Amino acid sequence: MRIIVDMDRCQDHGQCVFAAPEVFQINPAGRLEYTAEPDDELREAVEEAADVCPLQAITIED
Amino acid sequence: MIIGVDGARDRPGVVVAGAAMGGLRAAEQLRAAGWTGPVTVVGDERHMPYNRPPLSKEVLAGEVSHAAVAFRTRASVADVTWRLGTAVAAADLTERRVTLADGSTLPYAGLVVATGIRPRRLNCPGPRGGRHVVRTLDDAQALRGELRAGRRLVVIGAGFIGCEVAATARGLGMEVTIVAPESEPMLRPLGERLGAALRRRHEARGVTFRLGRTIDRFLGGADGAGNGHGDDDRATGVVLDDASTVPADVVVEAVGSVPNTEWLAGNGLDLSDGVVCDALLRVEGRPDVVAVGDIARFPNPRYDAVARRVEHWSVPTDSAKRAARTLAAQLTGGAVDETPFAPLPTFWSDQYAERLQSFGAPGLGAADIRLLEGELDADCVVGYHHADGRLVGIVALGGGAAVAAARYRGALAAHA
Ligand SMILES: Cc1cc2nc3c(=O)[nH]c(=O)nc-3n(C[C@H](O)[C@H](O)[C@H](O)COP(=O)(O)OP(=O)(O)OC[C@H]3O[C@@H](n4cnc5c(N)ncnc54)[C@H](O)[C@@H]3O)c2cc1C
Ligand code: SF4
Repeated sequence: MRIIVDMDRCQDHGQCVFAAPEVFQINPAGRLEYTAEPDDELREAVEEAADVCPLQAITIED
Repeated sequence: MIIGVDGARDRPGVVVAGAAMGGLRAAEQLRAAGWTGPVTVVGDERHMPYNRPPLSKEVLAGEVSHAAVAFRTRASVADVTWRLGTAVAAADLTERRVTLADGSTLPYAGLVVATGIRPRRLNCPGPRGGRHVVRTLDDAQALRGELRAGRRLVVIGAGFIGCEVAATARGLGMEVTIVAPESEPMLRPLGERLGAALRRRHEARGVTFRLGRTIDRFLGGADGAGNGHGDDDRATGVVLDDASTVPADVVVEAVGSVPNTEWLAGNGLDLSDGVVCDALLRVEGRPDVVAVGDIARFPNPRYDAVARRVEHWSVPTDSAKRAARTLAAQLTGGAVDETPFAPLPTFWSDQYAERLQSFGAPGLGAADIRLLEGELDADCVVGYHHADGRLVGIVALGGGAAVAAARYRGALAAHA
């Protein structure tokens, strides 16, 4: 599983962080950081993160 | 327009009424909950589901296509049938059948109510032309063509949509006046003091407020006032209840909503404000009908036993997940999880470069509103407390609102 976050769209809502904290973090500067190729076990959490992103900035590639 | 297989189904499946965010999430979550039977989503808009928040923001400010706001859909819904551009006209919940506007009928084993809300319209006298609402992509694209620097916009209603449209229009260089009956913008969720702080932010950017005022009528048309648009049925301004007038080139009505429940009439349901659901999102306890999103009136045991509709973006996703599990278990004979639905509401609004971020239910914490961090006219966090002293909601406003609000989310999520 590969994640792409469109950083031009992302407005640092942080909703993805609540859904999948193992994958998405907000750094001390308030910007999003994430693991681009997380474990497949985290798929459900990552799907949920993509659902709850207000900007719909997260895409998942298999 | 029909996308996917239609008609020749050997067994009735799930019909989802409403093809927006709630309908899409319901279809996806039915698959995630193990429902492998047919799913047909029926929607009166001609577009595949798309995201509404950009409609009062980016879509009004520039050229934005459907593709740019369309939701990503999970691979699991590739076999779902979409009947777009077709309304559900009626439902017979005893016979388990819906009738579409084109006269066709669809039997169902399970029904998802996801028809959401539409904007309430003012029925004051005066011309109808030049008056807009913002709910659908078509609405936003129609309004965008009218927003130009130097023109005068009157926004009726000071809720979040009115405030966002006003902010976007100021950004485009329009002259903007907000007229509303309340004493401050976004009064119900924010309370007087933070509402006043929001008003000052708008005023600092040149928005004029006419608060505590209602609309008596629209100017133009039969008034004979030339409006330069060569259109007699176009509003050229508003007359307020104190007889003062505000001239306008464009009017936006953002005065609340009406749930789209007409198609459910005749089934003995309480449709006075959306559809009443139980704690598992079943419509008045019917095991084979669930509701999701803005139309669902559900109790939240996090706060109390009162069933309420919640018009937040987070609700279609949260409620679809729960409702789909309830329905899939019912349809497949599995055990229904009786844990009550108790979402943590979350809401945001973007006005100018500022974010308003809320967690919990600030509207239920009006008994005691306290500034928790910062200053009202700068970045701040405000806490809303229930009469029993419990913190039930927070609102953060300003540049770092999302990060500030996140610090309180755990505390708010803790007591369920
Ligand atoms: C301009 C705007 C900005 C917003 N901004 C924010 C924001 O910043 N933050 C936030 O938290 N929330 C925001 N929201 C709220 C959020 O978008 C809604 O809560 C969410 O869209 C509700 O989704 P829904 O699917 O329940 O309802 P809807 O989106 O209303 O979907 C219902 C669908 O059913 C269709 N329908 C209705 N009747 C029928 C029928 N009889 N037959 C078939 N189809 C029917 C409708 O046309 C519609 O497509 C905003 C909303 C708007 C309009
Ligand atoms: S939820 Fe979306 S906008 Fe927010 S930080 Fe995550 S990717 Fe960015």
